[in-house]
Amino acid sequence: MLSKRIVPCLDVAHGRVVKGVQFVDIIDAGDPVEAAIKYDEQGADELCFLDIRASHESRDTLYHMVSEVAEHVFMPLTVGGGVKALQDIENLLHAGADKVSINTAAIFNPALVKEAAERFGSSTIVVAVDAKRVGDASGGHWECFTHGGRKETGLNAVDWAKKMADDGAGEILLTSMDADGTKAGYDIPLTRAVADAISANVIASGGVGTLEHLAEGLTEGRADAVLAASIFHFGTYTIAETKAYLQSKGIPVRT
Amino acid sequence: MIGLIDYGMGNLHSVAKALEKVGGKVDLVKDADAIKNYERIVLPGVGAFRDCMQTLRETGMADALTATIATGTPFLGICLGMQVLMTRSYEFGVHAGLGLIEGEVKAFPDLLIEQGFKIPHMGWNDVVLPQGNEHIVLKNTAGQQVYYVHSYYCAPRNPEHLLAACSYGSYPFAAAVGKDNILGVQFHPEKSQQAGLSLLEGFIGWKP
Repeated sequence: MLSKRIVPCLDVAHGRVVKGVQFVDIIDAGDPVEAAIKYDEQGADELCFLDIRASHESRDTLYHMVSEVAEHVFMPLTVGGGVKALQDIENLLHAGADKVSINTAAIFNPALVKEAAERFGSSTIVVAVDAKRVGDASGGHWECFTHGGRKETGLNAVDWAKKMADDGAGEILLTSMDADGTKAGYDIPLTRAVADAISANVIASGGVGTLEHLAEGLTEGRADAVLAASIFHFGTYTIAETKAYLQSKGIPVRT
Repeated sequence: MIGLIDYGMGNLHSVAKALEKVGGKVDLVKDADAIKNYERIVLPGVGAFRDCMQTLRETGMADALTATIATGTPFLGICLGMQVLMTRSYEFGVHAGLGLIEGEVKAFPDLLIEQGFKIPHMGWNDVVLPQGNEHIVLKNTAGQQVYYVHSYYCAPRNPEHLLAACSYGSYPFAAAVGKDNILGVQFHPEKSQQAGLSLLEGFIGWKP
């Protein structure tokens, strides 16, 4: 049976992991290779690296980092942050990324996702959708935001996710800007609305504080994968503990 | 020395790194005439069937691969590299493959999508080997899941060529096909952590 995927996410800047990774026996918390190896040993199903600086000058550093990581861990790697053109995608894939996440550029250059999917295949293209609730809980809907949730785009998030999937995105990395950082759980209605609307895979992101939240994202939210950062980085839970918990809830995971 | 076929697409470097990790010596092969010089051949693949076959034909690699495989050289096809072994594919039209394994490459049925299953079939899933008749290379994955990413699957005509199975929902498909010195796997051993590395190690030592 196909397993639900547990995806630790690492924020990187200038080729280093930021937002401290605190494994007990790690020598340098900022070393992306060391962090990747730890997650590999714990049984993570996939890793996601997001370049939060994504400045033009730091691109080569990012490619070098991806290449280093890909030499040490043999699992799927998703890399995002600052992807603007087909050449950026090609460079990341060439460095060893398996999937490339496109965020803001998908909104400002709507042809990019279609061209990228045609050229590199749907399975390599992830579109990151940052959504925020507009209006009240009963009658509201979600809209896409850019610039870390500060700029409204006027795009309905569910419709946008559907368009991106129709254009060839193999996965939607769905982050609730309302839930992100709260540790109060994923935005389940949002996750479910997107998962039910599209035939592409959905990775739920934003708001995880407990293992129960991960389970909710996969069951009620109907996500195919769950992404989390801090609960893994700060050692609140290991991947193995996470999987044991999900398994006890009847959720198929790889052990 | 392992010849890793470089035809300008696919995740070549991941495959090279994984083979090297388990002790393989790898050359990237761009020249069709060089293929016959290698002890083992690996054909990776990501992308569309039609483009892949077109490139293999235009570069003369299709003929060179067929001729080299006929001499008994152990061959491993990964994902699209497995699918091109088949007679034909129905991905974006009908396209002929290398025809080394009789059968077809088909899309997952709409019924699966209607049941809420996502396309591509992406993630970790099983490799089920026939009991008592386990392929020596594939049995290295026993009891472990492997990483799949694909929207099309191989349907070999002869049940003997089906070496391992997997199911998406309740829909069964070929996880591996092969005969004699030919082995094709739908999943990505280079992305399947220990299960995949063990398989590649098995391939390096395989004497079909």
